Amino acid sequence: MFHTIIVILLVGLLAGIVGSVLGLGGGIIVTPVLTLGFGLDIKYAIGASIIAVIATSSGATIAYVRDELLNLRVAMFLEIATTIGAIVGAVLVGIVHPGFLYVLFGLLLVFSGWNMYRKLRAGNEVLHQAEPDRMAQTLRLNSSYYDKALKQKIDYQVENIPAGFTIMLGAGLASGLLGIGSGAFKVAAMDTFMKMPLKPSSATSNLMMGVTAAASATVYFFNGSIKPEIAAPLAIGVLVGATLGSRLMQHLKPRWIRIIFIPIIVYTGLQMLLKGFGVNI
Amino acid sequence: MVQVEKSIGVILQIGVVISATIIIIGLVIGLVTGDTGYPGQTFPTHLGPILTGVAQAKPVAIMMLGLFCLILTPVLRVVVSIYAFAKEHDHLYVIITSTVLVILAFAMILGYLDI
Repeated sequence: MFHTIIVILLVGLLAGIVGSVLGLGGGIIVTPVLTLGFGLDIKYAIGASIIAVIATSSGATIAYVRDELLNLRVAMFLEIATTIGAIVGAVLVGIVHPGFLYVLFGLLLVFSGWNMYRKLRAGNEVLHQAEPDRMAQTLRLNSSYYDKALKQKIDYQVENIPAGFTIMLGAGLASGLLGIGSGAFKVAAMDTFMKMPLKPSSATSNLMMGVTAAASATVYFFNGSIKPEIAAPLAIGVLVGATLGSRLMQHLKPRWIRIIFIPIIVYTGLQMLLKGFGVNI
Repeated sequence: MVQVEKSIGVILQIGVVISATIIIIGLVIGLVTGDTGYPGQTFPTHLGPILTGVAQAKPVAIMMLGLFCLILTPVLRVVVSIYAFAKEHDHLYVIITSTVLVILAFAMILGYLDI
């Protein structure tokens, strides 16, 4: 018992650090470790992973709020899309063939990975348009953040709001239907489609994930998928990890976060594509 | 805007500290007694039995209460944002955030009824 708790605490710590830096839920680490490493039933692994998502979100957001890294309006506006998507996804379980969705989402992630690679090669983090997007102005989504690594205040504009909103519907749909945190989609929607810089994208994704996950977490909580002996130490580990990770992220250069992010997003995309064609890796 | 973000930060901090404290108490009692308080692999999943277990200081029930508080933290965050936007007279975002809360409440009710 004691040994297991220590190992799970460490898994949580790692998941919290990675999740808070990249704006992901950490399910990418938690689910395989628990199923492959501990032989835990996938049902309990997903339950534990949703707890990790919420812990990462709350833990990281405390730091990101203080440092004004997140874009609250973007988060609130897009949460409409993710929560609706999540409900529709939960209702559609068993109606839509998941293989089709896995292929669709896999392609989207691979596309985002390629796009991020292009952004990395081009070397410009922030887009400046002469004409600001009218919808972004109405919704007052344009903002700025202070980059501690670059030591300067960065103003940015938000674009393509309908496209971002649509992808967020998809992200919500995926989390409801496939039981995933879908942080990779959220970051992709903001970074690739809405042209936000990576740091506010990641911080905002962290904030949004907690709300989307809270909806599905109640389902898992009441149907007994959240196993306390696993989820409790995991939550503590993740909270500590997310607190550390959110401090670390601000001192990383955006370029380095991108370099870590690209292989993860491409790997997740390829894994989903293969799953869609019936291959499990 | 700064005010809205500050109140969100405070709420999240309170939520996280409370849930973490409860979870850690449950873990420590579990480790000291070496017992979950329930037969075999079972654990309570509904609020009534969880609270009864907490009153009897059963470690697993305490952990479940802490996890439930953790799940509620983001929901509370949305509620506080509505209030904070209203205080800043940002009507558009009061409507947007309230919409999110309604959808979220709807999803939680669906979840509770297990539909």
